[in-house]
Amino acid sequence: MSANRTLDPGARSQRVDADVVVVGAGPAGIAAATRAAESGRRVLLCDENRAPGGQVWRARVGESARGVARRWRARLGRSGATVLCGTAVVDGTAAGYGGGFILTAEGPSGAIVVQAHVVILATGARERFIPFPGWTLPGVIGVGAAQALQKGGVSFAGKRVVISGSGPLLLPVAAALTAHGARVLLVAEQAAPRKVMRFAAGLWRDPARLFQAARYRIGFLTTPYRLGTWVTAARGDRRVEEVDVTDGVTARTISCDVLCAAFGLVPNTELARLLGCTMSRGSVVVNERQETNQSGVFCAGEPTGIGGVDLAILEGEIAGLCSAGRQEEARELTVRLARARVGAAAMDEAFAPRAELRDLPHADTIVCRCEDISFGAIDSRWTMRKARLYTRAGMGACQGRVCGAALEFLHGWPSDSTRIPCQPAHCSTLIADGAHDAPSADHGA
Amino acid sequence: MVAITIDGAERRVPAATTVAAALLGAGTVAFRRSATGAGRGPLCGMGTCHECRVTIDGVPHVRACLVTVADGMRVTTGASATTE
Repeated sequence: MSANRTLDPGARSQRVDADVVVVGAGPAGIAAATRAAESGRRVLLCDENRAPGGQVWRARVGESARGVARRWRARLGRSGATVLCGTAVVDGTAAGYGGGFILTAEGPSGAIVVQAHVVILATGARERFIPFPGWTLPGVIGVGAAQALQKGGVSFAGKRVVISGSGPLLLPVAAALTAHGARVLLVAEQAAPRKVMRFAAGLWRDPARLFQAARYRIGFLTTPYRLGTWVTAARGDRRVEEVDVTDGVTARTISCDVLCAAFGLVPNTELARLLGCTMSRGSVVVNERQETNQSGVFCAGEPTGIGGVDLAILEGEIAGLCSAGRQEEARELTVRLARARVGAAAMDEAFAPRAELRDLPHADTIVCRCEDISFGAIDSRWTMRKARLYTRAGMGACQGRVCGAALEFLHGWPSDSTRIPCQPAHCSTLIADGAHDAPSADHGA
Repeated sequence: MVAITIDGAERRVPAATTVAAALLGAGTVAFRRSATGAGRGPLCGMGTCHECRVTIDGVPHVRACLVTVADGMRVTTGASATTE
């Protein structure tokens, strides 16, 4: 990494023109970029990760992708789309005269300013963290985080791990940690047994998924998988050493080295908000072409509502085709969307975080980890904006990505505005970002 | 394997892994100090939370979970400082 170049104030920013720029190279972004590029469009696909794949298709260090992921990666490679990894988009605006959009990104060798006719947002989702006493201790991580870190080369071999969270994600994570030598002591699913059972009973219509769940469960068969159970506190000197879990009746303490605690997923919508896309209940609103209310801005995958990988691929394909004017072909795929969305809604209902989790933070529990703002310093009668102004909660490096979702759950506050840059950026990137806003003779302004 | 330094100490780590993996493998508990001085390590593992940020080759605030180790890389944690 030629990191020093990003600090060189004299560094020239790179300018790139494309017909379609796709932000996020998970399943939705890969499908969208592939379909658009196969349609003859000049496509640029940006992702801040080290390689395409997103979270669900992230390959383990030293291994290559398999199955569906491998087929899509290969197809992307043949499509002619340009892929820029390690590149975080920090700003996006409509270009003004003549239409189109300008995105500013920061890559390994400095700022990149992209001008494109169409933007496809495939920015994926993050985990929902809910604050509890001790959750800031090193060794307390997310659930998907454990899998992402492990795939990046982190070894959990020999570590005693407790997993507390919600949804089907718990199963593959527990299985993968066990397969690589971790001692998973407990998998705690917060959803009530009755809800999980009803969801599982509905899976008879989807035998492939049921089979997959069973296969994962076999992967950690000696570990208890407790429904209606959740973590309430973590303790330790310098790092997590023990955790308290409860089923609402009986509490117990477990000694461990790692606690994985996150409760479902929330869409990444920062860039959609910057571009002025209409939101509904935290998700980006799209029409049958996956286009947002902003003409020329499409959105696919988790930002339109958490729905999983199959739905993300379909939405990505539709967005890619429609961005290239192939609505007729997209329509054939739209039929399959409806069924995938029914499954997503059932999952959402079954694994929604229970009300008891709102009681987890104490007054002195940190809510905003970037600025170290405690739960007690934030008044439930405020809004997120007031919390920012009065306490600086949500104004640190992550810009409210963690505490915003937590406060949305704890106090019912909808996320409000997003400000540029939507990721921390170097001054040279900000200068490049500002430069394209300046009036220039070319535009005849 | 590649050779990197972590807070000045040389260390050989598997190539292609993340800086976060290299630090955790070296037994680093805290990657940085919080605003009030508490030790913090990786939380999200995927670039969202910025808790794993370290200084790499003189560039501060780099997310260790998103960067691959490279031969000669100098990684400095914020763990020894009381404030950032």
